[in-house]
Amino acid sequence: MTLLFNMIGIVSDNWLLLLVGQFPNGPLGGIAATLILSILGIALAFPLSVTMALARLSPWPVLRWPATALVYIVRGVPLLLIILWVYFLLPLLIGESVPGFVTMLATLVIYEGAFLSEIVRAGITALPRGQMDAARALGHSHLGAMRYVILPQALFNMIPSIISQFVSTIKETTLGYIINVPELTFAAGQINNRLLTKPFEVYFMLAIIYFIVCWTLTKLASTLERRIAARRARSMDGVAAPALAAAPAGASRT
Amino acid sequence: MKGFDLMAILLNPEFSRMLVHGVKMTFIIFAGSWLLAMSLGITLLAIRMLPGRIADALVEAYVAYHRNVPTLVQLMLWYFGVSSLLPERLQVWLSDQNGEAIFAVIALGLCQAAYFSEDHRSGLRAVPKGQWEAARALGHSYLGAMAYILLPQAVRNAMPALVNHTVSLFKNSSLAMAIGVTELTHAVKEVENQSFRAFETYLIATVFYLACSLLLMWLGYYFERRSRMAGAL
Repeated sequence: MTLLFNMIGIVSDNWLLLLVGQFPNGPLGGIAATLILSILGIALAFPLSVTMALARLSPWPVLRWPATALVYIVRGVPLLLIILWVYFLLPLLIGESVPGFVTMLATLVIYEGAFLSEIVRAGITALPRGQMDAARALGHSHLGAMRYVILPQALFNMIPSIISQFVSTIKETTLGYIINVPELTFAAGQINNRLLTKPFEVYFMLAIIYFIVCWTLTKLASTLERRIAARRARSMDGVAAPALAAAPAGASRT
Repeated sequence: MKGFDLMAILLNPEFSRMLVHGVKMTFIIFAGSWLLAMSLGITLLAIRMLPGRIADALVEAYVAYHRNVPTLVQLMLWYFGVSSLLPERLQVWLSDQNGEAIFAVIALGLCQAAYFSEDHRSGLRAVPKGQWEAARALGHSYLGAMAYILLPQAVRNAMPALVNHTVSLFKNSSLAMAIGVTELTHAVKEVENQSFRAFETYLIATVFYLACSLLLMWLGYYFERRSRMAGAL
């Protein structure tokens, strides 16, 4: 019981720090920075992932090989090491020092781009082959068929997986703590350093905040997944696929 | 910037000692947490199959917690939080015995157990119901049917997911550096700080992690192919 009171006390004393960090007087932090970092990360990784998925599926080895190699490298190396690489290489490439937020964002774009491209690729290959054949028969070019026929359907079916990937991204932003990016975990570290006596309460509260955010999104993803499955089952019965009308706007970015 | 020189790191006795120690710790953390995760994952699945809703709800809550809270936060909760609740003598003893490595194994193992138990569960659900009925009809007991008929098929179904999660556990062992375990990523940071050769040190670590991950993926693929039954899809 005292534990609960202590945790509520910590939240009510530090809610502003947890929410926006030291924002008006310093960089944006807290949960706002975590969410902005995740949203920007996944939004910028999305076009990259579609490009990479198309490259991996393309008939030309020149495109296929580099994309495949990149996916395997990113999947086989810890995110922490990629952060260290970006932290070291990005300032060298740009020629000036880079804030932690940008380092983390660049890392997330590379990392999520590789994982999302696997999702997009799975979505494209899961479509019936006849879709491509029919589109080509109607006179679309390979890219045109992708753009107007394949991708709108594949990406719509992929919405739940993309949300799951967004949840992973939120969890991965915590690694920014190691290079001192002011996000939620960093704010909790600051609170812990100030209080010194209540580490369990501080970190348990942090875990609960992450749980609430991620669990809500996970539930949203599984609800959408059920609805999309039901919708696909209906459209299999000969009704024109409504998936086309509701294609996400992102599809046009290729 | 100095010129590229891999040997300046590899042939330096101090640096190579740190890196080898890092590799050793990475393997210890990975093996320890993998064993913990696998045994706990199977236990969780067994608890879940007990009759009654309470056991089911408890396991479900366990899985939801460990899948929706970042691994780094779980590590920090164990290392900074739970350790502070322990009796003082135990705390002193733990800090004498490489406490951070023990907490890293516990935190990573408990976290990954949630994923492993879900993998086993979906593997088990994919086994046709007739298998169970046939095993019972042939006179197998509950445990016998599980051990000889269902689980061997369930593990085969779960193999790809188990391999993926084993690779991610291996990669997650690098998070232990945040609580001060001297594993490879920690060693890499140290060597880089002392040698000022970031490129070479990171390259060594990247090649090591990549080689191990690819080896794990390949081993998974190999065993999956070898254990495939004749006539199975």
